Amino acid sequence: MSIDTTTTFRDSFSSSGKMPVAKDSAGLEERVLVRNLDFFYGESKALKSISVPLYRNKVTAFIGPSGCGKSTLLRVLNRMYELYPKQHAEGEVLFDGANILDEKQDLNLLRARIGMVFQKPTPFPMSIYDNIAFGIGLYEKLPRSELDGRVETALRRAALWSEVKDKLNSSGLSLSGGQQQRLCIARTVAVKPEVILLDEPCSALDPISTAKIEELIEELKDDYTIVIVTHNMQQAGRVSDFTAFMYLGELVEFDSTEKIFTSPGDKRTQDYITGRFG
Amino acid sequence: MSNPLYAGRNRRNKIAVSLALVATAIGLGWLAIILGTLLWKGFSGINLQVFTEMTPPPGGTGGLLNPIIGSLIMTSLAVVIGTPIGILAGTYMAEYGRYSKITSYVRFINDILLSAPSIVIGLFVYEIMVYPMGHFSGWAGAVALSLIVIPVVVRTTEDMLLLVPNQQREAAFALGMPQAYVIRNVCYKAAQAGMLTGVLLAVARISGETAPLLFTALNNQFWTTDLNAPMGSLPVVIFQFALSPYEDWQRLAWAGALIITMAVLALSITARTLGGAKKAI
Repeated sequence: MSIDTTTTFRDSFSSSGKMPVAKDSAGLEERVLVRNLDFFYGESKALKSISVPLYRNKVTAFIGPSGCGKSTLLRVLNRMYELYPKQHAEGEVLFDGANILDEKQDLNLLRARIGMVFQKPTPFPMSIYDNIAFGIGLYEKLPRSELDGRVETALRRAALWSEVKDKLNSSGLSLSGGQQQRLCIARTVAVKPEVILLDEPCSALDPISTAKIEELIEELKDDYTIVIVTHNMQQAGRVSDFTAFMYLGELVEFDSTEKIFTSPGDKRTQDYITGRFG
Repeated sequence: MSNPLYAGRNRRNKIAVSLALVATAIGLGWLAIILGTLLWKGFSGINLQVFTEMTPPPGGTGGLLNPIIGSLIMTSLAVVIGTPIGILAGTYMAEYGRYSKITSYVRFINDILLSAPSIVIGLFVYEIMVYPMGHFSGWAGAVALSLIVIPVVVRTTEDMLLLVPNQQREAAFALGMPQAYVIRNVCYKAAQAGMLTGVLLAVARISGETAPLLFTALNNQFWTTDLNAPMGSLPVVIFQFALSPYEDWQRLAWAGALIITMAVLALSITARTLGGAKKAI
């Protein structure tokens, strides 16, 4: 991202009068810039002119009531929506200075750089080892010993190694829900993406697994830019550095998590945070 | 409890359950009678000769070796021809063209083909192969059978792939996996038991087909593995021998019927076990 783009970005916001630049954001680098993004499911507009920065090595949480468009936004960032007909996005999502919504953007390469973990654990129907090695093998040709090392590192990073090191050849589906989700995180981390998108990664998990994954997120942000969509406001408060509140397809407010949770600028944000609706 | 509404509902329920039981008994009863007759008549005809000797002339002794081999050859060949076509078409429909118009047309036509009378398929292959070639042949028989295999495999492949949750695909795509990899390594892996079941069901279906073979492979009294010559098969031999006035031929027809039934039963059980094993994973 060149300085110029960033400046233009900020300027364009200043002129439109809604510049979602957070407090405490000085010195932070915008890894991804969403700019005037509209999203359509057929005729219906699900995202309305969303603009938001995602800072490098920070965790940005998207909160809001069901149907507010937070998952939709996440699925724009790796263009997952392309798998389905009649969905399209307009506007810009700048990643390394290029608009990823560009027709010419190679989707496989994009998705290798912007990884995603889903709400429900989705291990592939293969062994634990292969679940991770398979993704690595897509873009790197490694000798077996090195591959073993990479699989181990990924599993260690996902705090799963000690639990599975003796059964790497058993099916990924044989693990518990929380372990499966950590396997999915390990799989995502193993291909060395730059941004990790987490779509309600803990909503199917018990509190202990949730705690483990939250710890993991905290560690991962040293190396990655992390975006998390969550229904759980305490979770957003615990894990994120920045929080965006979305409502009815609009980005209502974006700021540092501390600011959003202690003195939100918008009445709707305050109502949602305090549990008055949503 | 003497609520009149409830009592009435209870009575109607009892009547409905009894009717359902009677219907089940009638259905299963006939099946039991058929299987019983088959076992009774078939076992008395089965001996080692059946598997080692050729079909005899009337009054002679012999077995069913040539039609058994003929059936095996043509059925295997039909599966070899039909399975790849069926799997590729089913894959296109479920993965690449899921939302396209072509897929709904193909699905509609495939459903027609699925229920097409097999004699029509036999006549069709007679027209395109037997007539131009000038003689009946094992090839024509295999092609006719493969035309029955294709729609079954297309249908099961598509259905099984559609059962693979989209989340699984998304998870694979999210790693930057190209679509061909996603299909081969994730979707096929998840659907393989079901797809294999489809192929086995197709085998079960064609191993008893007589009509398409009458017009294509015809029959052969003698040992042959030459696919360019007419070829014997169990269903056609059963058809011919069962209609004959000779008792020894009729006995062999029963034995043949028992062999087919047992083979199909074994296949069905295998298919069921595989289908069930998938759920257990």
